Amino acid sequence: MNIVHKSIAALLLMTAVSSPAFAQQTVVKYMTFSAAPDYIEELDATIAAFEAAHPDIDVQYETAAFGDYFTKLQTVIAAGQAPDAFEVNYENFVAFADKGVLADLGPLISADTGFSTGIYNPTALAAFSEDGKQYGLVESFSNVVLFYNKDLFDKAGVAYPTADWTWKEELEAARKLTDTANGVWGDFAPIQFWEFYKTIAQNGGAMFNADKTEVTIDSPQNVETLQWMVDKVAKYHVTPTDVEMAGQGDGDLFKAGKIAMLRTGIWMFGDFSANASFNWDIALEPGNTNKAHHFFANGVAVSATSANQQAAYEWIKFLTSSKEAVDIRIKAGWELPAVSDAAYVQGYLDQPKPESREVVFQALDTAVTPPVIANWNQLTDIVGKELEAAKLGQKTPQQALTDAAAAVKGIL
Amino acid sequence: MEGVTGRGKYVALAVLLLPSLVGMGAFYILPIVSSLVLSFTKWDLLTPVQWIGVGNYVAALGDPAVQQALRNTLTFILGYLPAVVAGGLGLALLLNRKLKGRTVFRAIYFVPVVTSWVAVSLVWKWLLNPQYGLINYGLALIGIKGPGWLFDPNWAMAGVIMTTIWKDIGFVTVIYLAGLQEIPENLGEASSIDGATPWQRFWSITWPMLAPTTFFVTTISLISSFQVFDQVFVMTGGGPVGATTTMVQLIYKNAFSYGQMGYASAISWILFALIFAVTVAQNFLQKRLDKSDG
Repeated sequence: MNIVHKSIAALLLMTAVSSPAFAQQTVVKYMTFSAAPDYIEELDATIAAFEAAHPDIDVQYETAAFGDYFTKLQTVIAAGQAPDAFEVNYENFVAFADKGVLADLGPLISADTGFSTGIYNPTALAAFSEDGKQYGLVESFSNVVLFYNKDLFDKAGVAYPTADWTWKEELEAARKLTDTANGVWGDFAPIQFWEFYKTIAQNGGAMFNADKTEVTIDSPQNVETLQWMVDKVAKYHVTPTDVEMAGQGDGDLFKAGKIAMLRTGIWMFGDFSANASFNWDIALEPGNTNKAHHFFANGVAVSATSANQQAAYEWIKFLTSSKEAVDIRIKAGWELPAVSDAAYVQGYLDQPKPESREVVFQALDTAVTPPVIANWNQLTDIVGKELEAAKLGQKTPQQALTDAAAAVKGIL
Repeated sequence: MEGVTGRGKYVALAVLLLPSLVGMGAFYILPIVSSLVLSFTKWDLLTPVQWIGVGNYVAALGDPAVQQALRNTLTFILGYLPAVVAGGLGLALLLNRKLKGRTVFRAIYFVPVVTSWVAVSLVWKWLLNPQYGLINYGLALIGIKGPGWLFDPNWAMAGVIMTTIWKDIGFVTVIYLAGLQEIPENLGEASSIDGATPWQRFWSITWPMLAPTTFFVTTISLISSFQVFDQVFVMTGGGPVGATTTMVQLIYKNAFSYGQMGYASAISWILFALIFAVTVAQNFLQKRLDKSDG
């Protein structure tokens, strides 16, 4: 499959290079995951705005689904065909920066008179620096909140979720909302790695100690947390099993009015606004002993081997900070631009759906960053597999987490 | 080549062979040699290669993930190989009779063989869907509650095996058909005159005469089933809970997801050694059987 993709890309590239219309332009190849599949139009519009301002630069992009993106990126870089600019998320940024594949943007930024990195949210920008060097510009934030179907709540006569809900109130509501006869489920949160490290934080737990030298995956409060996650499926049956979902996505089930409460990312705003035919809103996630919310950041970097670093830098600067790009992003709900200007934030809040957009910013107060280690993909696979075993009842939560802890010790 | 002699002949041969030699060198020989070298190194694709000797092999032999992948691969072979060979033979026997429209049937059974694995896997993923799939629907009609198939660690491999049998059975059938055509008709006629039942005829004439075909089909299918990957990649990604993670799936993960090219290469060579050993053993066994028959 990859070979086919690559040869198609190579063919397209050859035609582009050989066609005389592009001859005097600098081509910037860009690779992204966040644009596909829902925000391609917005990416096209951003590129059009950029090319209007920079007629000498031609941005050509390639997208990959998030699940395949980093495999593909790593492979094209290793093959010496790195795109000039590409997206990296915070989890993978450290590994890429350490391996020397990202260009130090410092000289380009200081040579760029009239531009200041003060435009970015400083914490978010700092996430994409390493050893005092800025290896990427921060593109967007996103987080995960509790989405709920207001119509289903009204029908069941249940009060909408509030900020002081805990797991207890959530479960009570979920039991009332679940309507097996009509295939409606009260609550959904996936049982997988990302959901797990956030949910354990809602119960005061963590994957590692503060300096990531010790594995604390199997702590008593984490076992209790996993038990709660599993119980929603197996014991209380307010969440469908894998077999009951039969390969349908949680977002699709929510859109079909089959899930009353769903923990998912704000990147679903665009899809739900366009395709959900009922009233819905968002709320802070209930916690047990603590409040905790995901925090994800995407950045864009320039390849260390790119021959067009200046042009690539112009593009990523435009993509992350220009008024045009930020406006397009806000209007479409394509995550949150990481710029610090209050006017932009207001523009975001003014969008019609969902009503309680301020929740997105409130959730940032209790943000949990991903527990990044060098062997990130192995960590997510090892823990993910044990969580799956617990979900399917092959192992008790205690046993699954004990096994996960033992395996993770080996890759730390 | 007529008229060209001596050195000229070799030059001409070399020139004619050059295109395929270049292709083979670049896409087979070079990668094979590099993977052997890489199997003694640590390489994450992005930073320089480090020589670590036999470390990868030592690690692989003690790695529970490798053991699980090997177990899963053997489970696949046990479920797949006998069924595809027996099923292919059965179909070949049917299609070898003077049925009406048998060429049509032969073509139909061969269609899956030439269909892409990705397409086949996606279609079967739907057929096996526990809620909306045709298979569980059919089972429900006769009062059986179908399993979760690809979502159930106890049934996922069975789903993969069924899919693979369906796709490959046409290939085995065609090879057996060719083998059946080789059997002289007078043998069958003679045995009928001697009063042999069809059953006796099959066991004492057809089956022994098909031995070389059976050997070929088993060897080819065995090798390809050690390398099972595409359908697993598309249908389950190796899950649930690693229940369908086969050797090649594990190699792929280590190479392209974990950035452990050296380790992945070492597992590849262990797999090669395994396939090689099994094939040699099979060959040896076949020769001994031939001798005892003759």
